Amino acid sequence: MNGGQDIGGMDGFGPVQPEPNEPVFHSQWEKRAFALTLAAGVAGGWNIDMSRFARENRPPNEYLTMSYYQIWFAALEAMLKERALVSDDEIAVGQTLKAPKPVSCILKADDVARVLYHGDPTERETKTKPAFKAGDRVRAKMMNPVTHTRLPRYVRGHLGTIDRVIGCHVFPDSNAAGAGENPQWLYTVRFDGGELWGADADPSVTVSVDAWEPYLLPT
Amino acid sequence: MTHAHNHGHDFHHEHGSELSEMQLRTLAIETILLEKGYIEQAAIDELIETYEKKIGPRNGAQVVAKAWVDPKFRKWLLEDGTAAIGSLGFGGRSGNHLVALENTPLLHNMVVCTLCSCYPWAVLGLPPLWYKSAPYRSRAVADPRGVLKDFGIELPKDTEIRVWDSTAELRYMVVPMRPAGTEGWSEEKLADLVTRDSMIGTGFPKSPKYLK
Amino acid sequence: MAYDQHDHDRLELSETQLRVRALETVLTEKGYVDPAALDLLIETYETKVGPHNGARVVAKAWTDPAYRARLFKEATSAIAELGFAGRQGEHIVALENTPKRHNMVVCTLCSCYPWPVLGLPPVWYKSAPYRSRAVADPRGVLKDFGITLPKDTEIRVWDSTSEIRYLVVPMRPPGTEGWNEDKLAELVTRDSMIGAGLPKSPKDVK
Repeated sequence: MNGGQDIGGMDGFGPVQPEPNEPVFHSQWEKRAFALTLAAGVAGGWNIDMSRFARENRPPNEYLTMSYYQIWFAALEAMLKERALVSDDEIAVGQTLKAPKPVSCILKADDVARVLYHGDPTERETKTKPAFKAGDRVRAKMMNPVTHTRLPRYVRGHLGTIDRVIGCHVFPDSNAAGAGENPQWLYTVRFDGGELWGADADPSVTVSVDAWEPYLLPT
Repeated sequence: MTHAHNHGHDFHHEHGSELSEMQLRTLAIETILLEKGYIEQAAIDELIETYEKKIGPRNGAQVVAKAWVDPKFRKWLLEDGTAAIGSLGFGGRSGNHLVALENTPLLHNMVVCTLCSCYPWAVLGLPPLWYKSAPYRSRAVADPRGVLKDFGIELPKDTEIRVWDSTAELRYMVVPMRPAGTEGWSEEKLADLVTRDSMIGTGFPKSPKYLK
Repeated sequence: MAYDQHDHDRLELSETQLRVRALETVLTEKGYVDPAALDLLIETYETKVGPHNGARVVAKAWTDPAYRARLFKEATSAIAELGFAGRQGEHIVALENTPKRHNMVVCTLCSCYPWPVLGLPPVWYKSAPYRSRAVADPRGVLKDFGITLPKDTEIRVWDSTSEIRYLVVPMRPPGTEGWNEDKLAELVTRDSMIGAGLPKSPKDVK
């Protein structure tokens, strides 16, 4: 969606402000929100693309003024409620009001190290061949889905070059919508700064995105 | 400094003050500018009076009503909006370059300013809040039919929808189609049917049965 | 007294704190989460997984040409050789900084970051200023970090839009000949592995 998260090239946010000796978490609730998100994901059975969409899917003015973990937490609440695993009433009182739904799996302490170490690889086997090869010129599609996509607006419609054929990976646009993994060939596509930002752009800058084949057109 | 009021609060967070923060700040600025002699109180009052009471959609309604009854005026209006509208005494600020857009059974026009709130003040007065707000500004150019649905309107699938983004100093005014059943009506009575939204392109004129 | 932004933020935050606590209680009561697992997740990313991992990868690449070659050929497995792997690092690509080329990594759309080698991302990486400007004005961003590169250095910005995670391998600082990996690792800053910084110089370290 063309939401508040798609901010590559947007102006007005001011300088980058690194925090010296920044702690990993800035408060107790952030730690809990982080851990709850990862653990509840196992019980809830949603995939990472659904999580990302749940984070993006709010009015831009809210997205841009909420803190990082506020967004995570809001998305967690939304996904849990969507699946009827918890309700607003229960959160309001901090108590279970309705019997839990059966879930197929929960994350136990003993599983944590193994689950984290294994991660969630997205590369998939395929019999198809990539449409593009390194060095090919491609055009990023002009597309504006209201659902989840990973093609940022600042590259749409622009001409780039295939830097690398990465492999066949789960396609977020489908996966986030619950339409299955639908793995597609994934490429690193590089764009000249001038192509993206105009004639006044810094000529020494190039920008790449990782784009799945459905985002690209041959030239 | 801004913050999002996104949970149904009104702006009464004052914690004791009678006036909201914005009220305090505007009052402060006005006081200082007056004290420094940069502005004149009477001028401020006149500006407010003008746009609260004098200039409004009634102006545009008169333009449309005249176009409905007078084919020569209609032609002139569509060819040279500024001049034709100027002939009725309307013009000036945000009305120096007016273009009239004709709705037909096959073509529906809708006007927006995605970048801010450009609006033909001279004929419509100051724009309503919805016109200046993000939902309209963002969606009119991408999903005008969805926006029309928000106004309770559904056009036939084959109606061409032309969205006009007012990015320059041209100001657009839609000339809606004359409602049926108004034959012989006076300009004044017809003007009563012309709604503000119909001149933006997010509404239709009232139908005769709504007027006694 | 005029309205106070600080008060507003505090109100909002304590509301969030309450909700987080409430949700944790409900999820635990329903048996959807295991509290011991939650504690372990926090401990893992607070104390165990962090940029010290990536620093070891870089230090090894600086001293061991064969490892360096493996790292640039297929980083995920090379990094796994050191025991670092998994969540948000299932597919890692190592990017080589050279005198002619500087790499910078960002995720404009959210906060994608190579957790196994760098831990969780800092707030600035996840925030709008970096996300919006890294792709448009990387030199301006580097200036915010106190860095100016020569005008003819190519700057390659990598927007992490997929599950591929990028690790910048900065150039080895001069004056470190003969240093062992442990000592070299101390020079490798987190920011240098994102591309928003450079490694420390020997004089910065005893």
